[in-house]
Amino acid sequence: MQRKSRLVLIAAILGFIFLYAPMVSLVIFSFNKSKLVTVWGGFSTKWYGELFQNAQILNAAGLSLRIAVISASLALVIGTIAAFVLVRFGRFRGRNLLTGMITSPLVMPDVIIGLSLLLMFVAMQNLIGWPNRGMTTIIIAHATFGAAYVAVVVQSRLRDMDLSVEEAAADLGAGAVRVFFDITLPIISPALISGWLLSFTLSMDDLVITSFVSGPGSSTLPMVIFSKVRLGVSPDINALATIIILIVSVGVIGAALAMRKKDMPHG
Amino acid sequence: MSMQAHIAEPGRAGKWVRTVSGWFAGRGRTLVIAIPMLWLLLFFLVPFLVVGKISLSEAAIARPPYLPIWNFEDGILTLSLNLGNFQFLAEDSLYFNAYVQSLQIAFFSTILALLIGYPMAYVIARAPARLRNLLLMLVILPFWTSFLLRIYAWIGILKTNGVINNILLSLGIIHEPLVMMQTNFAVYVGIVYTYLPFMILPLYSTLVKLDESLFEAAADLGARPLTIFLSVTLPLSVPGIIAGSMLVFIPVVGEFVTPELLGGPDTLMIGRQLWTEFFANRDWPVASAVAIVMLIVLVLPVMLLQRTQPDEAGG
Repeated sequence: MQRKSRLVLIAAILGFIFLYAPMVSLVIFSFNKSKLVTVWGGFSTKWYGELFQNAQILNAAGLSLRIAVISASLALVIGTIAAFVLVRFGRFRGRNLLTGMITSPLVMPDVIIGLSLLLMFVAMQNLIGWPNRGMTTIIIAHATFGAAYVAVVVQSRLRDMDLSVEEAAADLGAGAVRVFFDITLPIISPALISGWLLSFTLSMDDLVITSFVSGPGSSTLPMVIFSKVRLGVSPDINALATIIILIVSVGVIGAALAMRKKDMPHG
Repeated sequence: MSMQAHIAEPGRAGKWVRTVSGWFAGRGRTLVIAIPMLWLLLFFLVPFLVVGKISLSEAAIARPPYLPIWNFEDGILTLSLNLGNFQFLAEDSLYFNAYVQSLQIAFFSTILALLIGYPMAYVIARAPARLRNLLLMLVILPFWTSFLLRIYAWIGILKTNGVINNILLSLGIIHEPLVMMQTNFAVYVGIVYTYLPFMILPLYSTLVKLDESLFEAAADLGARPLTIFLSVTLPLSVPGIIAGSMLVFIPVVGEFVTPELLGGPDTLMIGRQLWTEFFANRDWPVASAVAIVMLIVLVLPVMLLQRTQPDEAGG
């Protein structure tokens, strides 16, 4: 028994090393003086300096951030309404259609979503002259798959939620809209936050769908990274990766600590 | 008494749902439903019909680069459906091989992710509660960092003058650098690496719910650890295995970034083929036909399979 569980433990530890070794190597070589990314030539922070001088990367990062904030907010609205309708509206015509459409983006390969949306945008532009390919089309695409993730997270929260609070508010004379905004929304707010963060991250990260629907002059950060990486490794990408890993680690650890604080009083 | 309260519960929820739908009766209700419905119809469902239409048209040097499938001239509507694109896919063995290799890579990656992920999920589920959240956080953290950069990290590790070769050469274990980049080996490493969290999380949530007393009972009855694992733990973790395998298998079939960055020219995957048809060859009709075949052959069966599975989220 002892030896068996030790084997499992060793396998798990190897698994964690597998998960983290590449990230550690990214960080280490971002401080490498040598331009040959994987040959150590002494400590240096010069690639960070070069990164902040690279206007192409900075512009792309700015564009990606703007797209991610707008599309995640849009996804939050659409996804939350979809979840609310599916959980609280009982039966209505098209319910199965809506369920299918909101969950399908989760399992659909990116290349198919990207191609189909692009062809749709081209067809729309021929018909009504809108939308022009660029930031608008990227936002619409990201909001669509983001809404799917928001809907999943919010739906499970709405199902778990205690209905008596809503009922009490209604008994005290609050109208439907009032109950929704004053009672339901605050109760499901943790799900709203994680849904928004999830679609924000997916938007910042998406390469395939974005490449299909973007237009000239609207290169997002993943698109710029991809075109650089295709040509080979370059140390300023390591510096960028290190900054992203730092931001994410601070965010995830912060969120974990905040959740633990909230859980404390309950034991 | 408590039984009754228990039975009354669903009824109350049902009544409340009716109250809510009552509030949103008529036009207001339709309007609220219409927002997500119209958005998804316009930007999710109709686009597939457009893909279907273009897959039946003929490529042309034009903007957009295909011919219309219907023509209205002199009061006569002519519909010209062109199955040539599908015929082309069927005749060119490149596409057939790409479909087969996509399925193969997705299948073996899923198995590998399961083999690596299962012990990790098991250890996390059996860890003390304090440590458990930390370990879970360690699994989720890579998922929040950029997918592209995690693939990029492997280029630095696997390439000819990369980390692994440098270490092995300096230790004198090898004298010639190993060729790992641009091989299917690199593709497997990259795919298993990026999709591992998707396997671990559903496995963990199944394993953590297992009742400890089952194992004790089996041990008391004299079962050996391996027997307990094979006859108790493994059968009970099947839902997690299925959920995790779905989450890995489906997206990997359509994977583009990993084969493009880590694979060689003979790593044929259908997502990469679609990308090439569209961006390099600018053949929109053939790209659409590839997408339609991918939908019918790969995505639809999986979706139908999922529908027959009991709805876990609903419980």
